[in-house]
Amino acid sequence: MAEELKRLGLHDLHLELGGKMVPFAGYEMPVQYPAGVMQEHLHTRAAAGLFDVSHMGQVILRPKGSMAELAAALEALMPVDVLGLAEGRQRYGLLLTPAGGIIDDLMFANRGDHFFVVVNASRKEVDIAHLTEKLAGVAEVLPVTDRALLALQGPQAEAVLSAHVPVAAMRFMDVAVLPSAFGELWISRSGYTGEDGFEISVPNSGVEAFARALLADRRVLAIGLGARDSLRLEAGLCLYGHDMDEGVTPVEAGLGWAIPKVRRTGGARAAGFPGWESVLGDFEGHLSETRVGLRPEGRAPMREGTTIYDGDRRVGSITSGGFGPSVGAPIAMARLKIDVTAPGTQLTGEVRGKRLPVTVCTLPFHPTTYKR
Amino acid sequence: MKYTKDHEWLRVEGELVVVGITEHAATQLGDVVFVELPEVETMVAEGDEVVVIESVKAASDILAPIDGEIVAVNGKLVDNPALVNEDPTGAAWFFKLKIDDLAVLDDFMDEDEYNELIG
Repeated sequence: MAEELKRLGLHDLHLELGGKMVPFAGYEMPVQYPAGVMQEHLHTRAAAGLFDVSHMGQVILRPKGSMAELAAALEALMPVDVLGLAEGRQRYGLLLTPAGGIIDDLMFANRGDHFFVVVNASRKEVDIAHLTEKLAGVAEVLPVTDRALLALQGPQAEAVLSAHVPVAAMRFMDVAVLPSAFGELWISRSGYTGEDGFEISVPNSGVEAFARALLADRRVLAIGLGARDSLRLEAGLCLYGHDMDEGVTPVEAGLGWAIPKVRRTGGARAAGFPGWESVLGDFEGHLSETRVGLRPEGRAPMREGTTIYDGDRRVGSITSGGFGPSVGAPIAMARLKIDVTAPGTQLTGEVRGKRLPVTVCTLPFHPTTYKR
Repeated sequence: MKYTKDHEWLRVEGELVVVGITEHAATQLGDVVFVELPEVETMVAEGDEVVVIESVKAASDILAPIDGEIVAVNGKLVDNPALVNEDPTGAAWFFKLKIDDLAVLDDFMDEDEYNELIG
């Protein structure tokens, strides 16, 4: 049964800007504005793009006891370093099933007396239920429903945002809570485009004035979901439900980098997270497939679901694919059998009945410009 | 100029029918990044998928509007797919079709009828 689509706080502004609205994760979302996906994408890389990502889940985890106890409980759910995360810093995390499959990927920040978590829109109900169950006794899981979330991304993002709040001293993955004319802003220096930039949680009451103030700056263009997808694909970043899901372990999804030494075999706090036997086994020669970049030859984009062959052997399929506006060519990510994942390996992808050449390449397709 | 419900335009040029997509269709597709054209001298039947167009967002097809023979294709679109967005009703024609009887064009919409369709 089709559920009624939810509307964003900025719905009327999206329509005013000429946004073409489409259903996404239960929300009516702008897929593009009149500038179009190509221009929106290139503008973000050249200046600054404003994204409404208010559909994503914002959650506060407030410890019932100590922060250390809550951090330890989170380490029992995710294969990452939570105990070592300093106040004012954010990290990428993964919630795992008992088999080591990915329930969701998320960002979590240490804000002194609590953690602030941002999760995928399509998974927020699952995540909140999971966290509420697993953290019962150590934390209150409090969904934040009175705030919108905007992302300002691109080389001019710092200059634009600095007109409203002092963010120039922040580094990649720093978080700050700053007063502003639009209410208290919860800011992280991060995003999902491969560019330097910020994600900004703003009270619903102030979001429209804030968005209008940012858009009044000539360097800023409103960007829809279409360009958000092409930007993250060029940056080699995974999209939940496409490049990963509950049937895929972190290393299979090409996210082994997110698991630090301290949680791997031989580390001081090795294992102790759901599915650790399988996940750590992936580092020790048991991995059968993993995510790679692919460059199709020619101009034909290869979309999600395209089957990849090594000669006549089926070796996997594309999990995200399309055209990279900054690359100027089709690009794709695929999960492939481990023996064909070396960069430079020549394979084929089947498009409309024809096998077309593709080459395995390293990620990202477009260099990232995070301010470290 | 005549129009199909699939948002193609048809223009008579001597004995041939030139086929392209409307400005409305080009706008809906978004930025076109890839065009695959049929071979010339191909016989096609109405409804056959003869052209593949891919935009940044998605793939779509152009169908043969009438039975006939493809006698020319616009190779410029292969090298410069963006032409489809820049000049959809002019320079960005896709193929020329030789058909038995130009009178069948009377069955297609005129400009007023098409504008009503896209409202």
